Amino acid sequence: MNILFDPRLDGELVGRDKHEVLEALWRAAPTLTLLHREEDLRPFECDGLAAYRVLPMLVALPEDLAQVEALLKACFALGVPVVTRGAGTGLSGGALPLEQGVLLVMSRFNKIIEVDPDARIARVQPGVRNLAISEAAAPYGLYYAPDPSSQIACSIGGNVAENAGGVHCLKYGLTVHNVLRVDVLTIEGEHMTLGSNAFDAPGFDLLALFNGSEGMLGVITEITVKLLPRPTVAKVLMASFDDVEKAGRAVGDIIAAGIVPGGLEMMDKLAIEAAEDFVHAGYPLEAEAILLCELDGVEADVDDDCETVRQVLEKAGATAISQARDEAERAKFWAGRKNAFPAVGRMSPDYYCMDGTIPRKELPRVLKGIAALSEESGLRVANVFHAGDGNMHPLILFDANKEGELALAEDVGGRILELCVAAGGSITGEHGVGREKINQMCSQFQADEITVFHAVKAAFDDKRLLNPGKNIPTLARCAEFGVMHVHNNELPHPELPRF
Amino acid sequence: MTEPATPAPDRDISEALCQQVANAHRTRAPLRIVGGDTRDFYGRPVEGIDLDIREHSGIVSYDPVELIVTVRAGTRLDTLEAALDAEQQRLPFEPPRFGTRSTIGGAVATGLSGPRRPWAGATRDFVLGTRVITQEGKRLRFGGEVMKNVAGYDVSRLMVGAQGTLGVLADISFKVLPKPAATHSLRLDDIAIDKALSLLATLGREPLPITAAAWHENALLLRLEGGESSVKATRDRLGGEPLAPAFWDALRDHRLDFFTLDDGETLWRASLPPNTPPLAPDVGLATLYDWAGSQRWIKTRDGEALRHACQKVGGHATCFTPAARGGAPSPFTPLDPVLEKYHKRLKAELDTHGIFNPGRLYAGL
Repeated sequence: MNILFDPRLDGELVGRDKHEVLEALWRAAPTLTLLHREEDLRPFECDGLAAYRVLPMLVALPEDLAQVEALLKACFALGVPVVTRGAGTGLSGGALPLEQGVLLVMSRFNKIIEVDPDARIARVQPGVRNLAISEAAAPYGLYYAPDPSSQIACSIGGNVAENAGGVHCLKYGLTVHNVLRVDVLTIEGEHMTLGSNAFDAPGFDLLALFNGSEGMLGVITEITVKLLPRPTVAKVLMASFDDVEKAGRAVGDIIAAGIVPGGLEMMDKLAIEAAEDFVHAGYPLEAEAILLCELDGVEADVDDDCETVRQVLEKAGATAISQARDEAERAKFWAGRKNAFPAVGRMSPDYYCMDGTIPRKELPRVLKGIAALSEESGLRVANVFHAGDGNMHPLILFDANKEGELALAEDVGGRILELCVAAGGSITGEHGVGREKINQMCSQFQADEITVFHAVKAAFDDKRLLNPGKNIPTLARCAEFGVMHVHNNELPHPELPRF
Repeated sequence: MTEPATPAPDRDISEALCQQVANAHRTRAPLRIVGGDTRDFYGRPVEGIDLDIREHSGIVSYDPVELIVTVRAGTRLDTLEAALDAEQQRLPFEPPRFGTRSTIGGAVATGLSGPRRPWAGATRDFVLGTRVITQEGKRLRFGGEVMKNVAGYDVSRLMVGAQGTLGVLADISFKVLPKPAATHSLRLDDIAIDKALSLLATLGREPLPITAAAWHENALLLRLEGGESSVKATRDRLGGEPLAPAFWDALRDHRLDFFTLDDGETLWRASLPPNTPPLAPDVGLATLYDWAGSQRWIKTRDGEALRHACQKVGGHATCFTPAARGGAPSPFTPLDPVLEKYHKRLKAELDTHGIFNPGRLYAGL
C-alpha cells in the first residue's frame, strides 16, 4: 500500500510551513528540545515496522508535562497533526511519522514514580520500559503481568496505546486488564485522569476506551499498573505432533479439561526449523507442530496440572512429550519460541509478521488457507501461534530487493487477515492497526461501525490532529479499497462462511 | 412483585428494538431501557417510554472449549449461569443479582462486579464483544467472539457501566472460565479491622488462592479457590472456622441482614484504593468491607460527608438508595470539569438527541 498520508483517502490536513511551526513551538515552549535537521530526524522515520518510513516535519523530545501541554496547545492552534511515539517498537506503523506533522517522542518520561507493594500498584511515566516495571517490583515478590516479546525495549505508554499482549494473556489478560489509571493530555492541552487508584471510577469507562486507541484520543502522560505476586513455580511441557490439526485440537482439549495455562504456544514445522537452527532449543525437527504449555502457580497445583495436561496430550495423539526438568531447560524451551521472529529472519532477507486472531476451532481451516496462499504466491510462511487465545503470527518470508516481492508479501498478508475475519476473527490481536492494517479495517467493519469510531474520535479530537491516517480508515478509503478487492465480485476463499 | 415462573423463550427481537429506537431518534422521544427492572434503584430516575429488552433473550452460542459465550441482553442471569454451570464454567466477575428477573444486559449496563473482582477482574474485563443498537436504530458489531482483538476503539467495554446512555446492548460475548477444582471458605474471628487490612496486604503479596475477602462483625471472611493442593495448604495455614459458601452469594446479591436500612439511613458503596485505612468513624454508621477493603458498603445519614471522605483518599462513593427513598439526588460522584466536558461530547456524538436513558448517570448526560 502507499504508506504516505493521502489527503484524498485519509482526509485533508492543514499545510503549515516548517519554519512557522518551529517558531511557534519555540515560542510556546522555549526549553523544549526540537529536532528539525534531516540528519537528526532520520532515526525517527520508522517504528518497529521498518518497511514503512516517513521523515517527520519535526521531532519534539519533551522532558516535563508543561512542555507537552504547551506543544499540544500550539499544535492545536495551528492545526498541525501530532504523532505520539514511545520506544518505537510497535509492529503496525502506529508511530509512523507524518511529513506534515510533529513527532512527539515520550521516551524521556522514563521514571518509575512509585512502587507500593501493599497496594500492589506501580505508578510510572509512559517512557518506562515494560520489563523495568517488573524489575522494580521484583524485590517485593511482585511483577507486571503483560509481557510482549519486545518487553526489554518497549515502553508502557506504547503498551497502553496498543493494548499490548504477550504469551501469558489467556490467564493474565492484556494491558487493559492490568492498568488501573492513566493520566492524559487532550489535544487541547487539558489534563484528564481516567480510572483511579481504586478498582473503578465514576462515569464512562474511558480508561478502557483509551487502551488500544493508538494515540488517536489523547497523549498518555502517566500510568498506574496493577502488580501481581509472582507465581512460586512455572513448569513447561513440550509436545510434538505429526499433524498440525491434531496439535490444534489438543489446545482445545487442554482448556476443556478445566486448565487455563499460563502460556500455550504452537509453532509449525518451518518455525520449528528456524528456531532450532538459531537457538538449539532441543525442538524435534521431524514434528509438523509443537505445543509449549506452561503451567504456573503453587508447586503442588502445578504438578497436578502437569499430570493432567500430559494425559490430555497423550490422548490427543502427541508423538512425544517432554517436561523441562529444571529452570535452565524451561528457559531453553522458551528461547526457541521467544526468538522465533529473529530466527525466521535468518532464513530470509525480510519477513512480514501478521497478527490475526481466530476462534481456536477455526485453526485447521485457516492454516490450510494460509498454506494455499503460500503455495500460490511462492512465498514461504512460518506460523507461530498464541494458541491458547487464538492469536496467530504468520511470518511471510520475502526479499525486498526482489522487484515486487514486498508488494506480494503485503498482498498475502492482507489476504491472510481477510481469512481471519471470514473465520469470525480479527485483523489484529495485539499489534494494533496502525498504518499497516488501515485497509483491512474495511473488511472487519462495516461503514456504519466505522462511522461510530469516527464519532468517538470526534468527541476527543474533532480537528483530527492526533495520529491522522492511522487505526480508523475514512469511508473514502474503504470505498476505494472495496472497489480494489471485489472488482471481479470474487471474495477470497468463498468456501469459508462469512460472518 | 410477582416473578414469572419461567424465563422468556429464546427470541431475537432486535429488529423490533431497532425500529423502536429509530422512531425515538426521529421523534426525539427519550427511552427508558429496561430488562428485569431489578436495578432501577441504581442511578437517577429516567423519564421515557420503556424499551423492553426482556424478550430479546437466549444464548446465541456457547462453546465451552473456546471459553466464549454469546448471549442476548434480555437473557436472565440465572438462565445463563445455569448453562455455564452445566459445563463446569462460570462468569468469573460474579455479577450481583438483585432478583431472579435480573438480566445479563442489566448486569453489563450497570457494570457491577461481585466479591471476586480484585482477583479475577471486573465485568468489563470479560466482555469480548457486543452488538449495540445505535441512535439511528442500527445493530452494529464491536469487538468479537475472540479472546484478543485490538481493531478499532473498544466500544464494547465503553458500554459497560454506561447504563444504556450511549446505546442499547443487544448481544454480548463474554470470556468465561472453568470453575476451580477446589474451594473453601473460612472465618477468622475476633480480628479488628486494622489488623485484618494489614494481614490482607501481607497475604496479597503472596501467590495464594484467595478470591474473596470481606470483614464483617469483627471477623475476617476469606474464600479460597484453586487447585486441591494449594487450597488445602492455604486452609491449613490460615486455620479459622469453616464458613458456609452461601455467605458470598448473600454478600454479592445484598441479601445479608447488613443491607437492611433503618429510617433515615442510606446505603453507599465506597470504592477506595487498596490498603486504605478505615475512614473517620463519623462518616458512617456501619461498614461492611469487601474486596479486601477496596469496596466498602457503608450505611450513613450524611452521604455528602462520606463522599467527601472517599474523594480525599482517592476513591469515590455511590449512593445505592434511590432518591425516592431518601437517597442522594446525584448518586454518582460528580466528574471534574474536563472529564465532564468529554462525557458530554461523547454523549452528544453517540446520542445526539438524548434518547438513551437521559440523565441516568448525571443530569444532562
